[in-house]
Amino acid sequence: MGFQFGAVLAFTVVAIAFAAGGLTIGRLVRPNIPGADKAAIYECGERPIGSAWFNFNPRFYLIALVFVVFEVDIALTFPVVAVYRAWVSHGAATAWVAFSELLLFTLILVVGLVWVWRHGDLEWVKKVETDESAPNGQPSSLAASKRAA
Amino acid sequence: MSALPTPAPARTKTPRLAAIVSVTAAIALPLGLFCVILFATPLLQPALLDGFIRERLHRDPATWYWRDGVYTVALLVLAFVFANFAAIFSGILSWWERRVAGRIQSRIGPNRAGVGGFLVWIADAVKLILKEDLVPAEADQMLFRAAPYFVMVGFILTFVVLPFGESIAVSDMNVGLFFITSITALVVVGILLSGWSSNSKWALFGGMRSAAQVVSYEIPAGLAIMVPVLMAGTLSMQGIIRAQGGLPWQWFIFRNPAAFALFFIFFTSQLAEANRTPFDLPEAESELVAGYLSEYSGFRFALFFLVEWGNLWTMSAIAVTIFLGGWQIPFVPNELYAQLKGTGFPPLAWWGLEAASMLVFAAKTMVLVNVVVWLRWTLPRIRVDQMMSLCWKYLVPVSFACFLFTLLWQIAVAAVPALETAMGVGLTAVSVVLAVLFARQTHRNITAIGDRVDLSNW
Repeated sequence: MGFQFGAVLAFTVVAIAFAAGGLTIGRLVRPNIPGADKAAIYECGERPIGSAWFNFNPRFYLIALVFVVFEVDIALTFPVVAVYRAWVSHGAATAWVAFSELLLFTLILVVGLVWVWRHGDLEWVKKVETDESAPNGQPSSLAASKRAA
Repeated sequence: MSALPTPAPARTKTPRLAAIVSVTAAIALPLGLFCVILFATPLLQPALLDGFIRERLHRDPATWYWRDGVYTVALLVLAFVFANFAAIFSGILSWWERRVAGRIQSRIGPNRAGVGGFLVWIADAVKLILKEDLVPAEADQMLFRAAPYFVMVGFILTFVVLPFGESIAVSDMNVGLFFITSITALVVVGILLSGWSSNSKWALFGGMRSAAQVVSYEIPAGLAIMVPVLMAGTLSMQGIIRAQGGLPWQWFIFRNPAAFALFFIFFTSQLAEANRTPFDLPEAESELVAGYLSEYSGFRFALFFLVEWGNLWTMSAIAVTIFLGGWQIPFVPNELYAQLKGTGFPPLAWWGLEAASMLVFAAKTMVLVNVVVWLRWTLPRIRVDQMMSLCWKYLVPVSFACFLFTLLWQIAVAAVPALETAMGVGLTAVSVVLAVLFARQTHRNITAIGDRVDLSNW
C-alpha cells in the first residue's frame, strides 16, 4: 500500500520536474526581449478594452452545481457497485436487496435530473421573454418568472 | 519552335544522413520505450526489490533502514520512464496525425524534416523551447505560470494505474479506476486557471466552455465505467482485465448489450473530455482564437499540447482496459502467467508472454487512437448548445438506463451463466456483420463518384 501511494507521489514529483525542467532549460537558451506590445493581451490586434475580469453569464455555475451533485452521488455509488457482484453471487435474497438499494439511489438521481431539465437549467441558450408593454422591449424576467412558478 | 525538353521535376531527395536518422528514430524510439517499460515495470516492484536487497545487498528488507530509499529510487525511475513515454508518444502522434490529416484532405502534410517529415515533432519541440516565454503584463502572474503544472500532473498521474501488460503496471491499486476519474479532474483545474488568469476575453470564454464541457461529460463517463465495475466486481484495472478473456466474446463490450451501448457513450465522453473534435469548442480557432491557450507561448503552450495528444493514449487505453479485454491473449489463461513466473527472477518464457500481452494491448490501443484521429478529420465541430444537450439530454439518461439494465442483467447472469456467453457470441457476430456492411458502403461511396482507394502517395 505504501509503495502504491508512493508511486502517486513519485509521479507527481516527476511531472512537476518535467515541466519545470523544460522551462528552466528554455530559460537558458531562449531570448528574453520584453516589450509593452508583447506583454499586452491579445484582442485581435486592437487595444484591449477593459479587463476580462468582469461579470459574465453564469451558465457555467449552474452546470458546475449540477455536476457537483451528480459527481458526489456517483462517487458514493462506486463502493456499492464494486461489491454488487459479490452480493449477487451470494444468493437471490441479497441480490435483490443490493438491487433495490442501487435502484433507490439511482432513482433519486434521475428525479434530480428531471427536475433540473424541467427547470430549464440544462439549456445553454436561454430564451429571453421580452415584455411587449414595457418600453424598448426590455427583458422583463430572464425565465425568472418560470423559476418563481 | 523547338520543343525544349522539359526537365523532369526534380525529386526532392532526402539527404542520406537525415534518412538514416529518421528511420532509426522511427524504429528505435517506440521499440526502445516499450522495451524499457517491459523490463523496468515488473522488475521495480516491491517483491523483486526485496529479493534484490536480500540477495545482493545482504540486508533484511523488513528491517533495513534504507529499504524505502530503494523503493523511492525505483519509483522515480519508473515515473521518469513513463513521463518520457508520454512525451515521446504525443510527439510522434503529432507527426502521425498531421500525416493522416494530409492524406485525408488530399494534401501532403509535413515532409521536410527527415523521411516523411518524421523528425518534425523533434523540430517542433526544439522550436518551442527556444521561443520566448511571454506572460501578459495584466495577467495573474502566479496562476498563469501554475496552470500548466496542474494539467501536466493530472495527465502523468494516470500512468500510475494504467496497465501495459499482465504484470506491467506501476501499481495495481484496488481503487484504480476511481483513482483515474478523480485525478483527471486536476486537468479541469488547470484549464480553468489558465482561462481565468490570462485576463483575456478569449481565454476566459474558452476556459469556461471547456470546464463546462469537461465536467458535464464526466457524468456519462462516470456512469459508463460503473458497468465494467459491476461486471468485474472490482475497481482495480488489472482485476477488470482478468475478469475478461482474450477472445472478442469474452470482452465486456460484447457480453452485455448495455455495455455495448455504454462503450460508445464512454468513447464520446472521453472525446469531449480530451477536447477532441467534434468537441473541440474550447479552442475553436474560428470563434475563440485559441480559447484558454490564447495567451500561452513557447514551452508552456507545448505542455498543454503534450497533454492533449498524450490524452489520446490514456483515453484509448482506459477504453481498451474496461471494455475491450485489455492485454488478454486468446487461449492464454490467467493462471499460466503465475505458473511460469515462479519465485525469484522470472524465466524467459514469462518475459515472452509479457511482451506478447503488451503487444496485444498496444495494438488495440493504437486502433482506437487512430479512430480518434480519423474522427477529427471527418466530423465537423458541433455547437456549444448542441454539445451540452447531447450530454445532458441524451447521454446521461441513456447511461442511467444502461446502468439499471446491467443491475438486472447481472442478476440474470448469476442465475443462467450461459446467457452471457450466448450474448457475447451473438453481439460479436452482429458487430462483425455491421463492420463488413460499413466497409462495403464506404467502398461503394468511393467508387460511386469515380474515385478509388489510393494509399500509394503515402
